[in-house]
Amino acid sequence: MKLDRRQLLAVGAASLFAPRIAFAAASTPKRLVFVIQRGAADGLATLAPLGDPAYSGLRGDLAADLVSGLKLDGMFTLHPALKQLGTLYGAKQALFAHAVASPYRDRSHFDGQNVLETGGAQPYDRKDGWMNRLLPLLPAGQARALAVSATIPAALRGDAPVASYAPSNLPDAPADLLQRVSMLYSGDAELHRLWEEALQTRAMAAGTDLGGARGGEAAGKLVAALMNGPQGARVVMVETTGWDTHAGQRARLTAQLSGLDALIAALKTGLGAAWDETLVVVATEFGRTAAVNGTGGTDHGTGSMAMLLGGTVAGGRVVADWPGLAPAQLYEGRDLKPTASLDAVLGGAVAAHFGIDPALAAARLFPGGGGRLVGGLVRT
Amino acid sequence: MAETSIALNRFGLGARAGQPSPGDPKRWLLDQFGRFDPRPAPIAGLPAAATLIGMLRDARDERKDRKSEAKANRAEAAAPGKRTGAMPAPFRDLREQYVSAVGARTAAALASDTPFVERLVHFWANHFAISVDKIAVVGLAGAFEFEAIRPHVLGSFGAMLRAVERHPAMLLYLDQAQSIGPGSRLGARAAQRGRERGLNENLAREILELHTLGVRSGYSQGDVTEFARALTGWTVGGLGRLPALQGSGPGFTYAEPIHEPGARTILGKRYGQQGEGQAQAVLDDLAVHPATARHIATKLARHFAADEPPPALVSRLERAFLSSGGDLPSVYRALIEAPEPWSSGPKFRTPWEWAIGALRGTGVTSLPGATAAGAFQQLGQAVWKPGSPAGYDDVAPSWAGPDALYRRIEVAQRIATRAATVDARQLAGQLFPGALSEATRSAIERAESGQQALALLLAAPEMMRR
Repeated sequence: MKLDRRQLLAVGAASLFAPRIAFAAASTPKRLVFVIQRGAADGLATLAPLGDPAYSGLRGDLAADLVSGLKLDGMFTLHPALKQLGTLYGAKQALFAHAVASPYRDRSHFDGQNVLETGGAQPYDRKDGWMNRLLPLLPAGQARALAVSATIPAALRGDAPVASYAPSNLPDAPADLLQRVSMLYSGDAELHRLWEEALQTRAMAAGTDLGGARGGEAAGKLVAALMNGPQGARVVMVETTGWDTHAGQRARLTAQLSGLDALIAALKTGLGAAWDETLVVVATEFGRTAAVNGTGGTDHGTGSMAMLLGGTVAGGRVVADWPGLAPAQLYEGRDLKPTASLDAVLGGAVAAHFGIDPALAAARLFPGGGGRLVGGLVRT
Repeated sequence: MAETSIALNRFGLGARAGQPSPGDPKRWLLDQFGRFDPRPAPIAGLPAAATLIGMLRDARDERKDRKSEAKANRAEAAAPGKRTGAMPAPFRDLREQYVSAVGARTAAALASDTPFVERLVHFWANHFAISVDKIAVVGLAGAFEFEAIRPHVLGSFGAMLRAVERHPAMLLYLDQAQSIGPGSRLGARAAQRGRERGLNENLAREILELHTLGVRSGYSQGDVTEFARALTGWTVGGLGRLPALQGSGPGFTYAEPIHEPGARTILGKRYGQQGEGQAQAVLDDLAVHPATARHIATKLARHFAADEPPPALVSRLERAFLSSGGDLPSVYRALIEAPEPWSSGPKFRTPWEWAIGALRGTGVTSLPGATAAGAFQQLGQAVWKPGSPAGYDDVAPSWAGPDALYRRIEVAQRIATRAATVDARQLAGQLFPGALSEATRSAIERAESGQQALALLLAAPEMMRR
C-alpha cells in the first residue's frame, strides 16, 4: 500500500479544519460496518437467557438447540450456530447488549427499521440516516461510505455522498414486497402454502441479500474487499434479510445465524490487520415475542439484542439490565421489556470508536433515542 | 368471476393497457374469428422453413467437415486434447433464428387484439409439440408454429393435421425424415450391402397417441407399424443427404425410393393407395375419427374449463367436432356457448400465460427476443421446449410450485420497476372487471409506492389464475 503525498496532505488538511471534533490518535483509519438484520431477529434465541427460570417454559422446542451453545455466564448462552462469534467473545472482541430497543414501540417492520436507520424518535420524522450524518463528523479521508446493496438504505441516505455496490446478479425482491405478498396471499390457501414454502427455502438458502448458498461468507469477503486499500470504504452498511421467523424458526434461524457468523468471520479474515481498527455493529428493528407461537416460530416483539464486534470493542461481556421473563415482567404481557436504549448503545460505541464527543454524537446521530450514550463499550 | 373478466383472461391473454372492456363478452370472442391476422408484422419478416433448412444443411456440413478434419489431425499429429472447437457458426445462426422467433411470438401475443385466437394458436402449437432440445429443430421451431399452426387455427382440424405432419420441423423432430421402408428400392439395396436401414415408428406412434386418437384408444402396435410403413417416403428435401431424397427443394418431399410398397391395413381398414397419398388417406380418416374428436374435446375442455375436464363439456365439444367434420370454429363456438367455461373455478396460469398477461397489462408490446427467451426459461416454461412431444402440461400441479411462484414475484418486481407510469389502482379494475378481490384492492391501496402497488397487482391471486 502506498500513500502519495497529496493524499497525506488531504487527510492532514481535513483534520486541521475540523477543530470541534476530537480524533483518536489512530495510526490507521477506523472502520465501521453496520449490519442490519431486517425482519426482527430473535435476540432471545441468538443470545438465550437460559438462566431465566421462565425461558424454557416460554420457548418449548425452540430452546432445544441452545443447550449445545457457548455458555457465556450464568444467564446467557450463545446460539450454537455462532461459533466464530463465540471465539471473538473469548478474545474479548465481542460484546452483546441485551434487552435493548430503539424509541419505536409498535410492531411494523418498515416503521421500526425506519426509526433504527434514521435515528429519529418516530417513523419518518427524519429524512436522513444516522450513518449519513456521521460522515461530516469524520475526517475527509475516513468519510468514504458505501452501501452493499443496489439502492442506498435509509441509514445512509442524506446530504453526504454515499456509494452503493451490489453484485450484478439480480438481488432478491425487496423484503417489504415479499411481506406484502405474504399478506396478500393470506386468504388464498393454495398460494399461501406455496409462498410460505418458497420463503422458507429462500431463507435457508441465503442468509443475506447477496444470495447464494454460502451467502454469508461471500458477503463478508465482498465487504472486506470493498473496504481494503487506501481508497476502500470506511463506513459500510450491509443488509441482511430473512429474520422474520414466524414459522419453522429452529431451522431458519440456525441458517440465518450461520450466515451471519460466516459473514463476520470472512470480514475479519478479509480485513487482516485492519480488523484491529474496525467496529462492526449488528442490530435489528425490534425483537420477537417471548413465547413460541403455534407454528414453531415467534411473532413481532419489542426488546432485542445488539452486537458490537471488532478489534476496538471492549468485549468479552454481556451488557444487560435483565428485566426477567416472568409474565409480569414482560412488555405488554408478551415481549422482552427493553431496559436500555439501543440508540445509546450504537451511539456510544460509534462515538468512542471515532473519538467523537458523546454529546455531539447523541445530538447529531440519535436525536430520537440517544439520550446519554453508553460509555466504555469501545477501547479508546 | 364476472363474464367480462373470464372472456379477457380465461379465453383471452389478459387485457391490454388502455383497452376498453368488451361490452358483450361472447360477441367479442366470436368477432375475433373475422379479425385474426395469421401473419402479423413481427412474424411476417421472419425467414421461411426453406431458408432455415438451408442453414441447417450448412451447419451439418460444417460440423461434418470439422469432425473429419479433427479426425485427420488426430491421426496425423496424434494431438490429444485438441478438440473440434466451439459450436459451428451456422448452429449459432439457427439459435439466433430461434431467439428472434420467440421474440416474434411474444410480440404477436402482446400486441394482439384477437387474443382468444392467439391463445388457440398457443394451444395447438402445444398440442402438436416439437421441442428445441433436439438440435435439428432449433431453427425451425418458430416456422413450424407460424406456417403449420397459425394459418389453420380457424380452419379444419384435418387441414392443420396435414400441414403439421408435413412440416420439416415435425418430420425431423419425430425422426420421420430418415424412416426407410425395408422393402423399398433403397431399403432393399441397403439390406443387400448389410447396412441397417429401416423403419422409424416415432412419428406414426405419436400421431396416433398424441396428435389424433389419444393413448389407449384402441389402436394396436400392428397399427403403429403399418402406419409407419405408409408414412415412409415423407421426408425433408434440401438437406443434402442421399440424392434420392433431394426432392424438388428444401421442404417437405415425397421420396418414392424409400416408400414401402404395397397396401396397408390400419384400424381394420385397407389402404390400397400408392405413394404419398397413402399416408394422407390415413391422416384424413384419423382427422375425423370419433376417438380424435373425444381426445381434442377433452384437451380443449381441460384448457378452458378445469384440470379435470367436465364430462358434459367434453361431450358437447365432441359432438360439435364430429358433426362439423372437425371444423375448428364450430368447436370454438360450442365452447363459447357452453356454460362450463363461464362457471368453473379458475385455472392456474402457466408461466407463459402469466408473463404475457402481466406484460399486456402494463402496456409492453414487444420484448427483445433474447430477453423474452431468457425470461420464459427463468419462469420455467422455455418457449417450444417442453422436452417431449406430449407438450407442456395443462394442469395446475405442473406450474403451481413454490420456487416457480417466487420467480414470478421477482419478475413482477422487475416489470413494475420498468412500468413507472402505470397506475395500479386503475389498472386493477381494467384487468379484472367486476372480479377484483377486496384483499387485492386493499393491498394495492396500502402499497408504499406506485411501483410496489403494480408489483402487488401482478402478484395477486387474480393474476396467477385465469
